[in-house]
Amino acid sequence: MSENSVIPSNGSSPEGRHSSDLTRRRMLQGAGVALAAAAGTAVIGFTGPSRQSAVAADPGAGDEFDEVYQGRRLQGRRLDGGHDSGHGGHHGSGYQVLIDGEELHVMQNADGTWISVVNHYQTHATPRSLARAAVIDLQGAELLPLS
Amino acid sequence: MAVRKNQATLTAKEKRDFVDAVLELKRLGRYDSYVSTHNTFIISDSDNGERVGHRSPSFLPWHRRFLLQFEQDLQSINPAVTLPYWDWTADRTTTSSIWGPDFLGGNGRSSDGQVTTGPFAYSGGKWTLAVRPDSRNYLRRSLGSAVAALPTKAEAESVLAMSTYDMAPWNSSSDGFRNHLEGWRGVNLHNRVHVWIGGHMATGMSPNDPAFWLHHCFIDKLWAEWQTRHRDQSYLPTGNTANVVDLNETMKPWNNVSPADMLDHTKFYTYDTGF
Repeated sequence: MSENSVIPSNGSSPEGRHSSDLTRRRMLQGAGVALAAAAGTAVIGFTGPSRQSAVAADPGAGDEFDEVYQGRRLQGRRLDGGHDSGHGGHHGSGYQVLIDGEELHVMQNADGTWISVVNHYQTHATPRSLARAAVIDLQGAELLPLS
Repeated sequence: MAVRKNQATLTAKEKRDFVDAVLELKRLGRYDSYVSTHNTFIISDSDNGERVGHRSPSFLPWHRRFLLQFEQDLQSINPAVTLPYWDWTADRTTTSSIWGPDFLGGNGRSSDGQVTTGPFAYSGGKWTLAVRPDSRNYLRRSLGSAVAALPTKAEAESVLAMSTYDMAPWNSSSDGFRNHLEGWRGVNLHNRVHVWIGGHMATGMSPNDPAFWLHHCFIDKLWAEWQTRHRDQSYLPTGNTANVVDLNETMKPWNNVSPADMLDHTKFYTYDTGF
């Protein structure tokens, strides 16, 4: 299975991303943990398969998570009363993502997709796939505290 | 009148003058405020809250003003310098001259994405990143890895053909020229180029890569081209729109300039050619 085969050339558009994700979800339905794990580990490297492939096994956007991914601890959680969509607070998302305890600034788009300070021009279907994409980009580097 | 030129046509001296002025701003400590200003706006511009620099109608006038300030800063170093633009519909490979060692330098290396050629390579000692998302203080790129292809001329033309500037709800879900140019919908022009370059250009601190200015100069040129083609259309909205900068409202952080003030770029500069 080619990791790139279902990703359109304009994969960073919300429409393209959605169709890509849905296609991959369908492809992975019933495929089991092994294939999902393979998809998660096949995205290491700069010129390798697109990072989008980690999206496939994700749960819905509302899910919270606490996992170790490529050696980094990823936590995602809804914030109590975090429905402020304007400035201040936790920067408007009502959702917090931590990588090794340091906050990754994230934001939800009007269409429900997500972006982060590391991937600010490319949408992801869920906070978890966004956090994983940040881990891949970081290559072991530490996030700096939000100013 | 200053003329902004296609980077592919610059002479060796023009390239050197631009690069030297950028490096001098960095050396003087005046570059990093552009990085932090951009990031401050991009992480607070939200689809349902206040939005000025991004995902909103003022995306284009805000960046026009932002680029003007940077260009004037460069001109305080060397009055002959103007911002070049990068027509990524024409110069679209990882080995195009824009990425040459005499200009912006090339792709990041495969091991860690670090740019190792050209004047902005970390090893040159003149381009250490201060305002950055993570512990790495060297400029990174990953050309063509996260998205395969830059937008084509046909795709740009399809967006230029859209007659309405912007539409409610005036955010990343809007129909219209601005949002298709910005790239949250449709063929995706502006956002996709950030992603294509990758590394710091994919982050909220994207001005860390001087390619930011050449990319946004072309976005600015596309807006000017749209204005030429749609004489009966203009900036929207014109008034009473919550969280959004109306035509005659001022834009942060300057608070003394409105989108209306930015509509005619020929007051400040011209472009060498049409699209």
